[in-house]
Amino acid sequence: MELFQKILPTLLSGISAGGQYALIALGYTMVYGILRLINFAHGDIFTVAGFVMFYAITAMPLYLAIPFTILVTVLLGFTVERVAYKPLRSAPRMSVMISAIGVSYLLQNLMWYVTGGQAQQYPSIPWISGKVMVLGVETKVVTVITPFLTVILILLLVFLTKRTKVGLAMRAAAKDFETARLMGIKIDGVISVTFVIGSFLAAVGSMLFFTNYSTVSPTVGMMPGLKAFVAAVFGGIGSIPGAVVGAFIIGICENIIRSLGWSTFSDAFTFALLIVVLCVKPTGLFGEKLEEKV
Amino acid sequence: MLKIDELRVSYGGIEAVKGITMEVPEGKIVTLIGANGAGKSTTLRTIAGLVKPAHGRIHLQAEDITALNPDRIVSKGITLVPEGRRVFPDLTVLENLKVGAYLRNDSIEDDLKWVYELFPRLKERSWQPAGTLSGGEQQMLAVGRALMSRPKIMMMDEPSLGLAPIVVQGIFDIIREINRQGVTILLIEQNANMALKIADLAYVMETGKITRSGTGQELLNDESIKEAYLGKKRK
Ligand SMILES: Nc1ncnc2c1ncn2[C@@H]1O[C@H](COP(=O)(O)OP(=O)(O)OP(=O)(O)O)[C@@H](O)[C@H]1O
Ligand SMILES: [Mg+2]
Repeated sequence: MELFQKILPTLLSGISAGGQYALIALGYTMVYGILRLINFAHGDIFTVAGFVMFYAITAMPLYLAIPFTILVTVLLGFTVERVAYKPLRSAPRMSVMISAIGVSYLLQNLMWYVTGGQAQQYPSIPWISGKVMVLGVETKVVTVITPFLTVILILLLVFLTKRTKVGLAMRAAAKDFETARLMGIKIDGVISVTFVIGSFLAAVGSMLFFTNYSTVSPTVGMMPGLKAFVAAVFGGIGSIPGAVVGAFIIGICENIIRSLGWSTFSDAFTFALLIVVLCVKPTGLFGEKLEEKV
Repeated sequence: MLKIDELRVSYGGIEAVKGITMEVPEGKIVTLIGANGAGKSTTLRTIAGLVKPAHGRIHLQAEDITALNPDRIVSKGITLVPEGRRVFPDLTVLENLKVGAYLRNDSIEDDLKWVYELFPRLKERSWQPAGTLSGGEQQMLAVGRALMSRPKIMMMDEPSLGLAPIVVQGIFDIIREINRQGVTILLIEQNANMALKIADLAYVMETGKITRSGTGQELLNDESIKEAYLGKKRK
């Protein structure tokens, strides 16, 4: 029981971190699946969501601030795609990639400009900011809620991709744009839906993450963004289950390493994992060889 | 039914279709034959809206459908079975058929039944990922998928490509059957012999231009066509 009480908090925070990474990683992997693009701006969209919440809460009650934040984040994801990626649809992949890096810096700079670079205290969200006892261990409510919320959202996502018409169109377009168009699918619409879903999940992820992390600054999203990206690559980029499994593995391993007193190495571990995966199995755990798309 | 006037299509600076005029009458089987690179696929892809023409008009009955987007073309009742089948490999057979009916909001049950009657093989395999089908089965699926949009005109780009003769015969029988059920067919073929045999009307395309046209029978009996496309040397 002693041992169990020692391990449990680590495990809990590991699973919780994993859930947060998973929500971000899904945005990377879904966009990659359809556009073969690593959306470098995704981590920044996640951070913007943090700031939007910070400002929203000063102007409106919580029950409005949450949907407002989600809405703004989704609109931002949608707009980034329309403005920075869509015009480059037939350009070489590298151009789109560079555009994504540009958007990432643009968003970061905008956040600096608006906030003056100050780290801000993330609003505490009643219910999830509090503490609870789990099996004799005190922990934040958000730690317990995160994995459940994550799983529910993932199930919804799986339902959407497997059982709905939009999902069918997404899967068809992910394989072959041209033939999808011949079926009457509007590719731009499907891509927008993908960005909307990815940004929605990032917004929810940001609420869970910042409630736990408590301050938000313009570059704070980089680390979780990068780790989520590694999770997506580790799981096999383009694969939804891959991103989820990868994210949970990274979240849990990281927290185990920290609890062993090697905090300094917990980030290094993630990136070492990336290097190993790229060397040993570049397609990741669940990845299939994705052919070049034209 | 479908009328193409002075159609020109370029890729970058290179003109692949150089002002062709042709007609596809309602209820008929029309074939377009010609050597590799003649511009046959480009013609069909332009009609389907995948490629925008540089010049010329395409009419469906009285309506100008030039340069509409592919989804508009499909909703007008024109569908293309693309070269190389292009089924969605990780979607099941049934899902592939459902994608074919993507633009429809009415019930697709009857059409599924119809396609499964035409291709009983597909029914047996409806839960199988399309990528695991044989080449011939994939071609059946590509045709079935196109039929799910309830087309008035079905364009087919080399359905016999890479298939064994017996399978090709099966596909051609099906094409005739589909045509008998009221679907107008525009067919591209390398296998000129078979295509001309079932065609009411045929066009020969060479380096972007239509050089001959006539009924299937006329071209079958034409000496120069025989020599160029039917592999029969004149003595
Ligand atoms: N996407 C493209 N970009 C540039 N050139 C192209 C493209 N597609 C086709 N072409 C060129 O246009 C010409 C006509 O090609 P098309 O595919 O229409 O011929 P085809 O008659 O269908 O030939 P095949 O019988 O080999 O399928 C060729 O010279 C080809 O190289
Ligand atoms: Mg061709």
